[in-house]
Amino acid sequence: MTNAAISATADPSLDAGEPAGEAHSLTSDAWRLLRRRPIFWVSAGLILLFLLMAIAPGLFTNTSPTAAVLKESRATPSTENWFGRDVQGYDIYARTIYGARASIMVGVLATLFTTLLGALLGIVAGFAGGWVDTLISRITDVFFAIPLLLGGILFMSTFQSDVNTSYFVIVMKVVLVLALLGWPSITRLMRSSVLQVKPNDYVQAARALGASPWRIIRQHILPNAMAPVIVVSTINLGVYIAVEATLSYLGIGLTPPAISWGVAISAAQSGLRSAPHMLLFPAMFLSLAVLAFIMLGDAVRDAFDPKTR
Amino acid sequence: MADAILTATDLVKHYPIKGGVLRRTVGHVKAVDGVSFQLMRGETLGIVGESGCGKSTLGRLLMRLEEPTSGTLDFDGIDMYSKKGSEMRKLRRDIQIVFQDPYTSLNPRMTVGDIIGEPFDIHPDVVPKAGRRKAVQDLLDMVGLNPEHINRYPHQFSGGQRQRIGIARGIALNPKVLICDEPVSALDVSVQAQVVNLMEKLQDELGLSYVFIAHDLSVVRHISDRVGVMYLGRMAELGNEDEVYQHPTHPYTQALLSAVPVPDPTLRGKREQIVLTGDVPSPANPPSGCRFHTRCWKAQEKCKVDTPELIERPDGVGAHFSACHFAEPRLVIETVDVSDVEPDERFSSTEVVDPGALLERDGAATTAADDVVSDGTQQGEPVGEPDASREDVFREEVRGDAPDRRDI
Amino acid sequence: MSTISTRRGNRAEAAAAPSKYQPQDGLLLEVDDLFVEFHTDDGVAKAINGVSFDLRQGETLAILGESGSGKSVTAQAIMGILDMPPAKIPAGQVRYCGHDLLTMPEDERRKTRGPEISMIFQDALSSLNPVFPVGWQIAEMFRKHRGLNKSESLDRAVRLMERVQIPAAKERVKAYPHQFSGGMRQRIMIAMAIALDPAVLIADEPTTALDVTVQAQIMSLLEELQQEREMGLILITHDLGVVADVADKIAVMYAGRIVERADVYDIYARPGHPYTRGLLDSIPRLDQKGQTLSAIGGLPPNLTKIPAGCAFNPRCRMADHVCRTDLPPLREVEPGRESACHFAEEVLRG
Repeated sequence: MTNAAISATADPSLDAGEPAGEAHSLTSDAWRLLRRRPIFWVSAGLILLFLLMAIAPGLFTNTSPTAAVLKESRATPSTENWFGRDVQGYDIYARTIYGARASIMVGVLATLFTTLLGALLGIVAGFAGGWVDTLISRITDVFFAIPLLLGGILFMSTFQSDVNTSYFVIVMKVVLVLALLGWPSITRLMRSSVLQVKPNDYVQAARALGASPWRIIRQHILPNAMAPVIVVSTINLGVYIAVEATLSYLGIGLTPPAISWGVAISAAQSGLRSAPHMLLFPAMFLSLAVLAFIMLGDAVRDAFDPKTR
Repeated sequence: MADAILTATDLVKHYPIKGGVLRRTVGHVKAVDGVSFQLMRGETLGIVGESGCGKSTLGRLLMRLEEPTSGTLDFDGIDMYSKKGSEMRKLRRDIQIVFQDPYTSLNPRMTVGDIIGEPFDIHPDVVPKAGRRKAVQDLLDMVGLNPEHINRYPHQFSGGQRQRIGIARGIALNPKVLICDEPVSALDVSVQAQVVNLMEKLQDELGLSYVFIAHDLSVVRHISDRVGVMYLGRMAELGNEDEVYQHPTHPYTQALLSAVPVPDPTLRGKREQIVLTGDVPSPANPPSGCRFHTRCWKAQEKCKVDTPELIERPDGVGAHFSACHFAEPRLVIETVDVSDVEPDERFSSTEVVDPGALLERDGAATTAADDVVSDGTQQGEPVGEPDASREDVFREEVRGDAPDRRDI
Repeated sequence: MSTISTRRGNRAEAAAAPSKYQPQDGLLLEVDDLFVEFHTDDGVAKAINGVSFDLRQGETLAILGESGSGKSVTAQAIMGILDMPPAKIPAGQVRYCGHDLLTMPEDERRKTRGPEISMIFQDALSSLNPVFPVGWQIAEMFRKHRGLNKSESLDRAVRLMERVQIPAAKERVKAYPHQFSGGMRQRIMIAMAIALDPAVLIADEPTTALDVTVQAQIMSLLEELQQEREMGLILITHDLGVVADVADKIAVMYAGRIVERADVYDIYARPGHPYTRGLLDSIPRLDQKGQTLSAIGGLPPNLTKIPAGCAFNPRCRMADHVCRTDLPPLREVEPGRESACHFAEEVLRG
């Protein structure tokens, strides 16, 4: 712990001989720490890879994910089809690459919405206090009590999609349900973070100077209260990807013909014994993506707050 | 001197105590309970008292960081508590604050330039935008820091240097009054003197009036023209530095003064020590009448019933304000007047510039200057960089070595 | 219960067997050329660089220094409560009644903590366990080390609480730490520290967190107990006022070294090191008016790169070439006083 504290605050480049007047913000110190951690590079690399897959799957494969070669149904991995083929005779490699898009989209959008909504409510509750805080906190508690998966199943089965529902609408539905159920944890976190920052003398000093509440939030509270939310949001991104897969697996998220890892895992179930590779590859990609975000979150947490290490 | 810049009348701040399932108010913490005083233009009023006496709350009330339960505060003819919005904001230019803890009083994510420049952002008409950087550098120079360090962050400075930054922010808008809430209590002994000297210099140059809140009676004596002694939310005694320290009439002041250790072993056993029994009662349930009666050796029936007023009472030489029914002067400390003793500049200096910062500017980074004592200014190597980080670390590491320094 | 007469004359309520540690000619503790360093990502922080001193029965030694001077680390090294790693003791001896504590097997050393050497800390609240009643915590000392039963040990705890002047001790023995004020908590800490009648008591900033009036009470209690039990007391502080009131001898520390050591009267009357002198000039005094404060410039050094020569040289207005190259040893400059300054004689002349 002492070691960590030292490496956090003490900056080697501050040594004598260094030109005077060089600035070291906490963020740049955090970045310097982050840079030194292999786990950061591994997770960042993986995430970059998945993002690329989602944006431009064409970079990774020329095979169409919807080109079925039925006679080669359940073909095992070979030099031609790296990951083999599934029941329909689709190339699993191509489908896994194309499947990234749904997962990443759900993860990124859900995280974006939960973070925005959660952080906003958390700041308002923490900063305003009084009855506003009480009201927001109680509402948060109510939503917090709904289990994510159960709520998701309920929501998705209430607003069912049919064959004609577009891919995008289904994705947005999943995002909506995740955002709806996911914001309370961010709100709570943000609120407690704001409550921790608020009594600091620098906030009082700004008040004493006559700074407006908006300025105090923007200049003083937000920059100092954001770190935990960023960390948790990063980790949540991985979690949301897993939830999307779960919903799809249960048949209430994305459904074929849409391509996603959850859908692929669901489809692989039928021939699990004879053709385990059908499950293996999408599941592996899913795990890797989830893991990458969780590892990144951990690394970022350590960099921002090395004392927890 | 007779011109008051700040007049507090009967200031009261009660904090509600919530209790029970329904969070109803079950009582009040009477943090400040009827405090009145005047601050004259250009003077330093010291406020001393032990923890829980309400001195910090008083500071916040004077800054209107807290709304008072009752009472009025007149700032240069303006009733401060009646002002709202932009009027209040304008008023804030003239009354500023310096906080105790140099580690929490500066936003760690802002550069020193942004921190000291923030007052100009909030009050844009004070300095035109183009001149702000220059203004901030002038301020850094004024508090004895290297103006080139404008882009550094607070954690790159030591505690004493951070306190200088806090002071620079406080004087940026050229206020008339500066509230100093324990500005040196968190600093090391040898750094304390640097900051105290700086504050005295700034007062002379800028004509500031200080309200200097502290628990350290020695520091308060050194810097103050007048002193108020607080006990459980009330002023027990108020007078000139001489009156309070040489002819204290309130038993609490006497006990407080007698308890302060003096760095002179020859006085050991010769100083009379008034040992108070028991602890300070809770401000949620303060004693009736005179609040000090539960610990006072002079207390009588009257003290439990009648609240003694803070009025001028004879102190043997003249008279000054004291809130004791049985006020009588008592010599607690023999004072030596050393006004004409010149400090020996061979070992320490009265310079207020931070030598570390200055030297860096001179570029004498690693080479030793040969003429150490020349023309009265100190030279030599910088003592490491303004390298607070390691100092902080050591605070954590060597637990107990530093965190809460409170010297008396 | 029989009172066993041992080295310590007035051994209050002792039921212990005579200690195997017997001081020779009243000499309790000898610290000999002690070094402590902290190994960090950022380099080696040299917290203590060759500290030697000894402590006799009934003597009060004040170790005076600012933050980072190594005064608390010295105490922790003596007590054996340094976290190793990151701390490391590359050299030195800490002898208690002739036995080197540093090389002693850990279980043997553990037995010295409490009955032989004990310590009180600055922050009494965090040193007491919040979930147990204070009486129980004091009584535990007797149960663990003396094997007393529950009622006996609790009885002792009450008597100890009375001894440290906690009012209504009988009723409050079942109260929890948070129910006491800061001063009372420090008294409880003191009670625990003296419970097993130690020969050496180390007080690390015992009054720093307390109000003045309470400070005075605690200091006089400590003094009283020390005299009554003939303990050797090491008082670690940054407060020149407290030191002047209670210490017999003073060791001034700077950057992990003792820079001056002398009798308390001598040091205040005529400091023998520029640092001590500067410190004395920089504190405002309650008994002086119209005083000019003068400060030591600069900052204490970074312990990962202590300046060559005398560590104080960059801040010293007297420093010469020799100060930047040669480390001044702590030497006797006058009978009974030592200073680690090349120009100690000059400083002493005033």
